[in-house]
Amino acid sequence: MSGRIMNRKVKLGLIVLLAVAIIGLAFVLLRGANVAVLNPAGTIADQERTLIIIAVLLGLVVVIPVFIMLFTIAWKYREGSKKKVRYEPNWGNNHVIEAVWWGIPCIIIGILGVIMWKATSDLDPFKPIDSSVKPVKVQVVALQWKWLFLYPDQHVASLNMLPLPVNTPVNFEITSDAPMNSFWIPNLSGQIYAMSGMSTKLHIVADRTGDYKGSSANISGEGFADMAFSAHVTSKQDFDSWVRSASHSLEVMDTMSYQVLAQPSKANVPKTYRLGQDDLYDTILMKYMTPETQNKKQPSSTNMQGMDMSNKEMN
Amino acid sequence: MFGRLNLDALPKDPITIGGALTMVVVGIVLVGLLFYFKKWKWLWKNWLTSVDPKKIGVMYLIVAGVMLIRGLADAGMMRGQQALDTHGFLTPDHFQQIFSAHGTIMIFFVAMGLIFGLLNLIVPLQIGARDVAFPFLNSTSFWLYIAGFLLVNVSLVIGDFSAAGWLAYPPLSEVQYSPGVGIDYWIWSLQIAGVGSLLSGINFFVTILKMRAPGMTLMKMPIFIWSVLGSMSLVVFAFPILTATLAMLSLDRLVGMHFFTSGGGGNPMMYVNLIWAWGHPEVYILVLPAFGIFSEVVAAFSGKRLFGYTSMVWAIVAITFLSFTVWLHHFFTMGAGADVNAFFGLMTMVIAIPTGVKVFNWIFTMYRGRVRFKTPMLWFMGFVVTFTLGGLAGVMLSVPPADFQFHNSLFLVAHFHTMIIGGVVFGMFAGYAYWFPKFTGFTLNERLGKIAFWFWLVGFLTAFIPLYILGFMGATRRLDHYDPSIGWQGLFIVAAVGVGLICVGVGFQVLQLIISIVKRNENRVSSDPWNGRTLEWSTHTPIPEYNFARIPVVHERDDFWEQKQSGKSIRRPITDIWLPKNTAVGLFIGGFAFLVGFGATWHMVWLAVVGVIGVITSIVVRISSDETEEKLSVRDIEKREDHTTKKRQYV
Repeated sequence: MSGRIMNRKVKLGLIVLLAVAIIGLAFVLLRGANVAVLNPAGTIADQERTLIIIAVLLGLVVVIPVFIMLFTIAWKYREGSKKKVRYEPNWGNNHVIEAVWWGIPCIIIGILGVIMWKATSDLDPFKPIDSSVKPVKVQVVALQWKWLFLYPDQHVASLNMLPLPVNTPVNFEITSDAPMNSFWIPNLSGQIYAMSGMSTKLHIVADRTGDYKGSSANISGEGFADMAFSAHVTSKQDFDSWVRSASHSLEVMDTMSYQVLAQPSKANVPKTYRLGQDDLYDTILMKYMTPETQNKKQPSSTNMQGMDMSNKEMN
Repeated sequence: MFGRLNLDALPKDPITIGGALTMVVVGIVLVGLLFYFKKWKWLWKNWLTSVDPKKIGVMYLIVAGVMLIRGLADAGMMRGQQALDTHGFLTPDHFQQIFSAHGTIMIFFVAMGLIFGLLNLIVPLQIGARDVAFPFLNSTSFWLYIAGFLLVNVSLVIGDFSAAGWLAYPPLSEVQYSPGVGIDYWIWSLQIAGVGSLLSGINFFVTILKMRAPGMTLMKMPIFIWSVLGSMSLVVFAFPILTATLAMLSLDRLVGMHFFTSGGGGNPMMYVNLIWAWGHPEVYILVLPAFGIFSEVVAAFSGKRLFGYTSMVWAIVAITFLSFTVWLHHFFTMGAGADVNAFFGLMTMVIAIPTGVKVFNWIFTMYRGRVRFKTPMLWFMGFVVTFTLGGLAGVMLSVPPADFQFHNSLFLVAHFHTMIIGGVVFGMFAGYAYWFPKFTGFTLNERLGKIAFWFWLVGFLTAFIPLYILGFMGATRRLDHYDPSIGWQGLFIVAAVGVGLICVGVGFQVLQLIISIVKRNENRVSSDPWNGRTLEWSTHTPIPEYNFARIPVVHERDDFWEQKQSGKSIRRPITDIWLPKNTAVGLFIGGFAFLVGFGATWHMVWLAVVGVIGVITSIVVRISSDETEEKLSVRDIEKREDHTTKKRQYV
């Protein structure tokens, strides 16, 4: 008997030790890490975090009773239990009990459904943000395998870096001149797809300065893992001075230099350009609008002059 | 003559060469052993040409088990790549092929294989039938599955596999961005295996509706059969979508059409919609039978009726219908309007209600029961824990604005692995331990089974909890490398350790099977070792090829249990039984289908044509042959029944 108690003590000790080890490990691994989704630097990401927390709490209303019932019932009615418990092999339904667990999830889903429906229209990425500050327009082009950011109002552009002013609404227009990608800066907001021939939208406000990592969340080919960029949220003054320096940049982004840039390449270093053509974004979009242009884009071809390949068989 | 096939198609980097060589060597050794022991005839007569669902089921399970090990090796390489070093040991292209193969293999060749294997074994027995409705079609389905399986594995040796993810979204999967054979291998292996699945779906659907024992009305069917009925009706409606979608993608690739290309009027978003209109029901095709298994297991090991049978049936029906109304939640981020997203978000939440009801009913089945914690019950407990947590993650994902933050992140990866491993895989393992003695006459080693369970459960948690956290940190899926300064490596190492633990668990399962077979005489059991409730436990073990000498007459739910309680069993008199003869036509259809797939992949038109002609000829030969069944007379049956009864007395 005492042996068994010892055994139990040893077991308890082991469990405590294991728990301490797990907590210690978690502490070491997570210390100083940027848990981006839970650490928002913008209003949209902040509201999305709140929603996540509400969903978890409502879910726990079901999950916790499930866990308690699972273990208590399994323990109480285990075969060989010393206590005398009822055994009713033919008992198989009770309408009251069943009504309870059809009902409670219905109520929870009802509540969450209402919250969700409202939040979905409030946080619709296509919806502009109400603000007295004049928004900055950024046109995003996903390429193989880098991000090009065009600032048509400022007449500048950047590659794999996204300077943004703090406390200013940003209106993104997003497309792709490559396979489907997904544009995601978790500290600032959730993601949206970037698709060729289509323009999706995303509206955000950053309320904290800092560098925030962005990436493509959708596989787009060999160099996909290199499609990381950094969003530099700075003060309005710093942003303006970046715009000034960029607009004096020697490198110009226009149709010609774009065609060179659009060729597949990996791990491109961040760069800034003067935007030489304000409607470049529309040109990129229109590439996919007419049937004749379809076969012109040959990623394997490096010869940009050889554009008359429309009749060439692809296979 | 050889299309685009030439010597360049052979593997070049050492890891692929290693994998390819291993596969070729294992194949040669197997063939050699068959010659050495002169087992070809036995294999051909007793297995390859058999149309007995019990044999076809076992063959499915063996192939799915082998593929599980390949899929697990892929998983190990992926976790290794991300844990070892931020730049790993695999090239991006190779890494992308590995995760594409991992997903494709695990869903189409492991999960589907396990499901159809189990259905073949259990469904006819549990409804008191002698066979499935269309035995020859059943064999054909199996051989089409094998043709798909061969194409996936051949891609390891000749050419390469898709690098576009397991669902190969265009335009990445179009010729423009993926000119190689990888996508074609992917298309044709799924296309062929998918047709097999569709035929199986029809087969089991009809079997359940038309072949039940007299007296077994719909509301007296075991819950497993209900769940299979739901699952198979999803197969019947969903798989044609897959077939059509893959056909359109292959037309884009082969003859330059523009269904899904980014220019020329094509629309990649249409593909995404279509593939998920199949893909979401597919999830429930897999998980419903697992729910069914748990319903059987928890009732049998609690020695008690399943709680809330009627609720369970309606929950299954509700899940079956609702699973066709949620596909858009796989791409809330594609830019649909707020109301569209909100509608699909709501439907996704609604589907959680019947699922939740099922969980409560299972737990209450144990209430006032007498619960025996055998291995299947451990899998059940593990399932409830993981599945509930995964369900919580699912509710989080169902809120569109929250999904914007989780979509395509490792949080999502962790979520669906929780549902598929915790739900489908644990369910299959529970069913495996539960039904094993019915087919072999001996139980699996309990001790090793329990050890395997704990390794799986702990390994699973260790592998996927870090992925949930990484998702919150903004880690996306499918990264072959990441910025070392970002602080993800520690969690990836923990996840890799978890996969290691799962591998140990699998090792114990292999060991369990070997030891159980070697020491089978220690674990011999009767034909009803668990005090079962449903008809499969009422026939002899080993099960005669005709399943039941006398077709049972059903009066109650859990009829066998009721019979044991009342001591009365009513059975029809023995009559002549007509059994389908063995046939190799299904095997030939599978073989020719393989040629079609291989020819289309490598642009060898003549080979594809040969394949198509072969398939058509095989079908014509089959439908014009008369004597496809043979008679077993009453006397033969009585003789065999006596023999089995006597034999059992001596064991």
